[in-house]
Amino acid sequence: MLTILFDGIAYGMLLFVLACGLAVTLGLMNFVNLAHGSFAMAGGYVALVVVNDMGWPFSLGLVAAFVSAAALGALLERTLYVHVYNKSHLDQVLFTIGLVFMSVAAVDYVMGSQQQFIRIPAALQGQFDVFGIGMSKYRLLIIAICGVITIALQLALLSTRFGSQLRASVDDQRVARGLGVNVGVVFAVTFALGSGLAGLGGALGAEILGLDPIFPLKYMIYFLIVVTVGGSSSITAPFFASILLGIGDVAGKYYVPKLGAFVIYTIMIIVLIIRPQGLFAHGRAR
Amino acid sequence: MSSVSRPLSAEIASRLITRARWSPLEIAFWIAAFATIYLFPEHHLILTEIVIWGLFALSIDLILGYAGIISLGQAAFFGFGAYVAGLLAKHGIMTEPVLALIASGLAAAVLGFLTSFLVLRGSDLTRLMVTLGVALVLRELANRFPQITGGADGLQGVTIDPVLGQFRFDLYGYTAYVYSLIVLFVLFVIARRIVRSPFGLSLVAIKGNPLRSAAVGIAVNWRLVAIYTIAAAYAGIAGALLTQTTAFASLEGFAFDRSADGLLVLIIGGTGYLYGGLIGALIFRFAHDYLASITPQYWQFWIGLILVIIVLVGRERIGSWLDPVRTLADRIGAWRASRRPRALGATPEGGGQP
Repeated sequence: MLTILFDGIAYGMLLFVLACGLAVTLGLMNFVNLAHGSFAMAGGYVALVVVNDMGWPFSLGLVAAFVSAAALGALLERTLYVHVYNKSHLDQVLFTIGLVFMSVAAVDYVMGSQQQFIRIPAALQGQFDVFGIGMSKYRLLIIAICGVITIALQLALLSTRFGSQLRASVDDQRVARGLGVNVGVVFAVTFALGSGLAGLGGALGAEILGLDPIFPLKYMIYFLIVVTVGGSSSITAPFFASILLGIGDVAGKYYVPKLGAFVIYTIMIIVLIIRPQGLFAHGRAR
Repeated sequence: MSSVSRPLSAEIASRLITRARWSPLEIAFWIAAFATIYLFPEHHLILTEIVIWGLFALSIDLILGYAGIISLGQAAFFGFGAYVAGLLAKHGIMTEPVLALIASGLAAAVLGFLTSFLVLRGSDLTRLMVTLGVALVLRELANRFPQITGGADGLQGVTIDPVLGQFRFDLYGYTAYVYSLIVLFVLFVIARRIVRSPFGLSLVAIKGNPLRSAAVGIAVNWRLVAIYTIAAAYAGIAGALLTQTTAFASLEGFAFDRSADGLLVLIIGGTGYLYGGLIGALIFRFAHDYLASITPQYWQFWIGLILVIIVLVGRERIGSWLDPVRTLADRIGAWRASRRPRALGATPEGGGQP
């Protein structure tokens, strides 16, 4: 029981790191980015290559995943995404689905279609036994890393200059621009940061979620659930949504394996019917 | 007041009738479509596929092009219709294909009606999520009850009886193609009638501005429910056609790819004039074949690239490659209308009096 809770929290934390970039672009900037999972997959595969093939240590692999996914995000944001911000939602959907298809086929071409795993150092394998609860070391690491990231993000958003600039740009682009905020740069940095975190999540989660070319399609719905169910009021809402989703999914798969992912989708639809703005939204008029 | 409004309403009615008249180009389009039965006898299998894609894209056009609802889950109804048709035939409940087709369409319509209330709420994003979620739930259900649906192996052992008890499905797909084409034509005529009616115009108004439409007395929600239900029936019939012509139904019917490809087909042809889906299906299928012949496994990459380019270049500009043709059709229509003597003898420029 507690092990399920623990696994669920680790899973939820992971989902949060994967999805928090999307929470900003989709939740705050109102840009429908279905290709978010592609960045996570990119990070995962970079980590896979540098750790398994080039023999880098696992920690450096994580860094490489973050940096490469962030660079990819920045590049695509500046060259492609920037033209699509002001288009209709339909265009955004088509554009990002196109990116997903391209990334799936490209990764399939380069890396092959089978599922792959990153080699984890021996120190992280095995589990602790605390009060009879089996806690896997690797999951503990995930919780630690993701916890630090969450707190850092919350602090960055609320009490740094960049955080205020971002919130201002999101609330009202024109006024922010009038006050001298370079909205384009703010969005680009945010997008890169979000993609980088997704890449990090992809690398960390390769062990739990698996890594194969259809990753972006398989987990797209999960990221979207985190953002829409959480609502877009702050970084904490998607955080709680992902923890809930993580626990719900793990528990659902454990107790009623027959139903599988059915539970999650049903919960999502019900939440969206009752509260279209998200569970934790404060009824903001947006 | 009433003396002004009566000729005005008559004038409006006559304009609607003029708008709804078949233009020579449309007639030519359908003659060409039916001519393919004799012109390309060796391509009937692929043509059947095109017809089914066209019908599916038509159903998306009804909700996207006319009512402005973005859906990522139209495959829900496609797959549902496919399984209903498959199960009806497999268990011998309804063996006559035309009746089974209608039954599948009705079943999908019921599902569409029930889920339409989910789509009414919220923004574009919520709609995306809910439609996507409905398709995923259905796929998951079909996957989890293999004793009914055959699970991941698909529904096997389906045998389809001859159409109307007369025309047996043959190996070369001749019956299948003629049957699909007739179904498409009938459904197209109905769809055309729907969107040219005042009801269809009210949908366009809702797409333009829901708030103002409500203010001029259009029951926005019920209109959306209605068109969503109709579109669901269309998608269900498309799915049922696939089952009947291939004697097989699989989880693929519910796949996200199908919804996404359906959108792509529609976008290639252009939204909001019904022919977009049909023309798009033709182009999509041949592009698909061509790409698959170059890079068998990775054609999806090129499909993705096409999507990205379409958006970056601008959908309006892509869709407008057909504009000269449409303008020509309009001109011919206008010319024919002007030659016709005014039936009403009303003032030519309609309701000029204050």
